[in-house]
Amino acid sequence: MKNCEYQQIDPRALPTPTPIPPPHLGPESDKREEPKGPRRKWQVFPGKNRFYCDGRIIVARQSGVLPLTLGLILITSGLFFIFDCPFLVKHLTSCIPVIGGGLFVFVVITLLQTSLTDPGILPRATPDEAADIEKQIDNTGNTSYRPPPRTKEVLINQQVVKLKYCFTCKMFRPPRTSHCSLCDNCVERFDHHCPWVGNCVGKRNYRFFYTFIVSLSFLTAFIFGCVTTHLALRAQGGKGLVFALQESPVELVICFFSVWSILGLSGFHTYLVASNLTTNEDIKGSWSGKSGEDVTNPYSHKNIFINCCSVLCGPMSPSLIDRRGFLPGDESVQTAGVDIELPTLATRNVVGGSSQLPFGLQESPSPVPAPPHSHQNSSSA
Amino acid sequence: MAETHSLQDLRQPAVSSKVFVQRDYGSGTISKFQTKFPSELESRLDKQQFDETIQTLNNLYAEAEKLGGKSYLEGCLACLTAYTIFLCMETHYEKVLKKISRYIKDQNEKIYAPRGLLLTDPIERGLRVVEITIYEDRSIGSGR
Repeated sequence: MKNCEYQQIDPRALPTPTPIPPPHLGPESDKREEPKGPRRKWQVFPGKNRFYCDGRIIVARQSGVLPLTLGLILITSGLFFIFDCPFLVKHLTSCIPVIGGGLFVFVVITLLQTSLTDPGILPRATPDEAADIEKQIDNTGNTSYRPPPRTKEVLINQQVVKLKYCFTCKMFRPPRTSHCSLCDNCVERFDHHCPWVGNCVGKRNYRFFYTFIVSLSFLTAFIFGCVTTHLALRAQGGKGLVFALQESPVELVICFFSVWSILGLSGFHTYLVASNLTTNEDIKGSWSGKSGEDVTNPYSHKNIFINCCSVLCGPMSPSLIDRRGFLPGDESVQTAGVDIELPTLATRNVVGGSSQLPFGLQESPSPVPAPPHSHQNSSSA
Repeated sequence: MAETHSLQDLRQPAVSSKVFVQRDYGSGTISKFQTKFPSELESRLDKQQFDETIQTLNNLYAEAEKLGGKSYLEGCLACLTAYTIFLCMETHYEKVLKKISRYIKDQNEKIYAPRGLLLTDPIERGLRVVEITIYEDRSIGSGR
């Protein structure tokens, strides 16, 4: 009996041969011999993202035209403050640079937050989870020639929604989640991948994105208005409109073209927010009833005000990828579990009055000294 | 000798299998887990205890994601400060997540660990599943 128990304690089955304190076990099991310090999860993140400041900042691998966006905003605002503000302060009011400055700061902050925040990336399934899901899919019956169906149907608010299986992340995507091929991640409430911002727009950064485009449309409209007023006042001054135009062409051109596109985009997103839709769903026509069926958006609260509040002012969910967390070793998980179990298992044996000690220790002559012996075990743990 | 045994003993309870309690999307995208009792746990746990754990977790997540006056106020205040307030303030959601983590630890100590089970906090699995690890049970009824 006790010999059998000893055979079960096979050193090869142990996660590590020597007892190393858990927090210092950095890398995964295939790099056990690496002597480096603990590694953070962002260092082994499988998606196409880049991390800065030790995992605090996350960006997509392709920054897209984010530098261009920033550059345009900075140049236009810079020209506005340098050339238009002095004139307008003198002729109109000194509120102008204050309002302009406030809008500019707001725009830059929200732009950076949109670009540098985790949009709602879903961490990929662990191997155990993936195996469990595969088992469930196989159990639902499929032929050997065709691949098993990789969709699951759920009923959400009396609406049938199909959940697709993501082959990269090895899980059934939650509703409204989509896999971004540029970032190689599943993103919750996926709206779109915005190259201007250089990041996906999803659940966690949609409010930043919306605030960015709305404040940017205010800023461009404001600058456009100020520049036009400046030109009008100068033209009235006597030198003529053409002469005045020569002095500030750049701002005018940029503002003129961006005002319409950004206002249009803001309007479109305001419609999406009010109906609790994503760009992805709108483009695909998921809830517009194109296929002739009676479909409605199951996520809408059927009230514009509540929709707006839930999208823009709802609770801010945390990042699920835990970038700055340390990589867990198998050691730490098992030890933690065992630490909890040890005292209770030992107690049960004492209470049960069994002569069989918890781990088949031959040293103890009788069950009576079991409590102090198990106490020794706990204290050495 | 006793020392050697105790170190090896720490690794004794081997993982027999894992059970995954999936998400319930019937009410939309809110975090909610299915209350269907997994058959693998029938020999270890009462259905009622399992139900209670999952229901409490669901209620806690509902509290975190609740749309109400308090969350709107937090959202509006954040918007006015260009969301910079998130850098210094802990959100309501994060506070509830800590509460959930304490609850799970408590449940593990009182109910699950004595039965050779371990609940994993869903946040460590991206809120996809509640993972219950079943450890091999050598002490209960073995070798008698």
